[in-house]
Amino acid sequence: MTDSLRENAPASAGSPVDLSTGEGSAAALPSLPPVRRRQRRGGWKAGLEITALSAPAVVVFLVFVILPVIMAAYYGFFRWKGFGPPTDWAGFHNYVVIFQDPDFRQALLHNFQIVVLSLVIQGPVAIAFALLLNKKMRGQSIIRVLIFVPYVISEAVAGIGWAMLLADNGAFNALMDKVGLHGLSQSWLANPSLAIWTLMAILTWKYIGYAVILFLAGLQSIPEELTEAASIDGASYWQTQRHIVLPLLGPTIRIWAFLSIIGSLQLFDIVYIIWGQYVTGTAGVSTMATYMNANGRVSGNFGYGSAVAVVMFIISLIIALFYQRFVLRRDTAGAVTDGEG
Amino acid sequence: MATATLEPVRTARPRKPSRNEKAPLQWGNPAVYFVALLFVALMVSPVLYIVIGGFRSNSQISLSPAGWPHPWEFGSYASVLSDTAFWTAFKNSLIAGVATTVGVVALGLMVSFVLARYRFRGSGAMYALFASGLMFPMTVAITPLYILIRSVHLMNSLGGVILPQIAFALPTTVIILVPFLRAIPNEIQEAAEIDGCGRMGFFFRMVLPLSMPGVITVAILAFIGSWNSYMLPLYVLNDPASSTLPLTIKTLASGPYSADTAKILAGTSLAMLPALVFFSLFERRIVGGLTGAVKG
Repeated sequence: MTDSLRENAPASAGSPVDLSTGEGSAAALPSLPPVRRRQRRGGWKAGLEITALSAPAVVVFLVFVILPVIMAAYYGFFRWKGFGPPTDWAGFHNYVVIFQDPDFRQALLHNFQIVVLSLVIQGPVAIAFALLLNKKMRGQSIIRVLIFVPYVISEAVAGIGWAMLLADNGAFNALMDKVGLHGLSQSWLANPSLAIWTLMAILTWKYIGYAVILFLAGLQSIPEELTEAASIDGASYWQTQRHIVLPLLGPTIRIWAFLSIIGSLQLFDIVYIIWGQYVTGTAGVSTMATYMNANGRVSGNFGYGSAVAVVMFIISLIIALFYQRFVLRRDTAGAVTDGEG
Repeated sequence: MATATLEPVRTARPRKPSRNEKAPLQWGNPAVYFVALLFVALMVSPVLYIVIGGFRSNSQISLSPAGWPHPWEFGSYASVLSDTAFWTAFKNSLIAGVATTVGVVALGLMVSFVLARYRFRGSGAMYALFASGLMFPMTVAITPLYILIRSVHLMNSLGGVILPQIAFALPTTVIILVPFLRAIPNEIQEAAEIDGCGRMGFFFRMVLPLSMPGVITVAILAFIGSWNSYMLPLYVLNDPASSTLPLTIKTLASGPYSADTAKILAGTSLAMLPALVFFSLFERRIVGGLTGAVKG
């Protein structure tokens, strides 16, 4: 292949999403190119190629993603300790127990608190910061790299680090004492009325960089001509941001919110690493996932754990479908529900 | 995005020339830098605390938890680096990361090629199948996944981590790669066919090189995802010989050495080093990949 081919090919092909800069189109689905004539050679040979190329991925995906969900639905109806085939049919008993268990309702409540607080805390701060940074200026790329660091390091590392920082005799309290703010020296992790806020602070720290990066990419895909035209027409900076930039950032914000909600509902690693498997409940930071872990695998009740997984799955699915239907609809008509051909 | 700090990583794909690439960038408003500096400090200081804390002795840490190393001690880092458990975990994490990456790229590229360039009944359904996986992270499936892995005797083996990781990384991969493969113009394929290149030859000699930017993005995301993954190894790997780095570090922090704060800090900072290095080398790709995955 010649170099000129390599350079011109993707650029001339309609709308490749430019992954290297995030300048790609805001369309949520890859836009459908003109119909391709693949059928020409058609017949069994194409069929064979399709099967050979897609089978490995489809099989792996079905076995390790779809099958476990189906298995969970099945095992959820049994009292089962995880050995041998499940025989002790329990009907909907597990589900009744789940919803009657105050611990689960606590965990569910925490999950919803985390969903709402994540949106309310991270969203405005990240938008404001992205607007602030959305100017061509020196040092922008290093700032971008640095705010993204927490997102890249693992939950295990972040959790261990924060647990040490915030321990009663840890660095944070020592620092507060040192600068004379003794009132701010608290039992950040163990105090049940504080712990959820501590968790929110840590989650914000860990994931806000992602939101900022996402919003910056969204802002940079807004053509400068629009804001220039507005300023020529006499719009102030704030008017421009409020009436032109923010509405155009809408699709990015809505997709970020979707990812944030799903992530909040599944939260496990950070909570488990900082609070361990037993004290999450007493500290008031248990989530559905830590509840599932403690009451499923750790206590050996795999039927019950599977039922909790099903409940989580259904809650996530309902929220995802509602969000798709009522919020994302105009951005991603059918992105998840019907794909394309 | 104007300052291309990582130019060599990018391939020869031309970008829209933007006006600011001609002249050196201007400095911004000092107030902006001030706010940015505060924000960056909040983001980075916990990481610095871990890294610098590793250079202090335990007595320094307990006397003054928020102090500076005085003197700088290298013992904790040395003791982690001479610990065989650390290197076992490092090796396991590396194997899991590389195998996951290779698997994701191979399977993802093949299925994306089919989805992007063949027309057949059910292709829409296949795309939707993979796309739906985006909505459900591994947490939801972890209990049955554990039962499944146990029943196929993959417990305490890296294979039991690698295969599910490949499966759960496929949705993002497909969503990133399909537009890339679709963007290759038909003319190239027709020209290749005229020159006697079969569809398979076209795949290896044209598609692979042309989709390299997408492949690199996908590969990096898969590697970092695997390197950082915690929940699946926690369920599958119970034995120190097969443990990965996040598990080993967590064991270090809560096990018999939990009093050795300095060593925990040193181990933690060494555990995040590879991901950080990887990230700073490929920052543009990772950021692009994440935003691309959402938008494209």
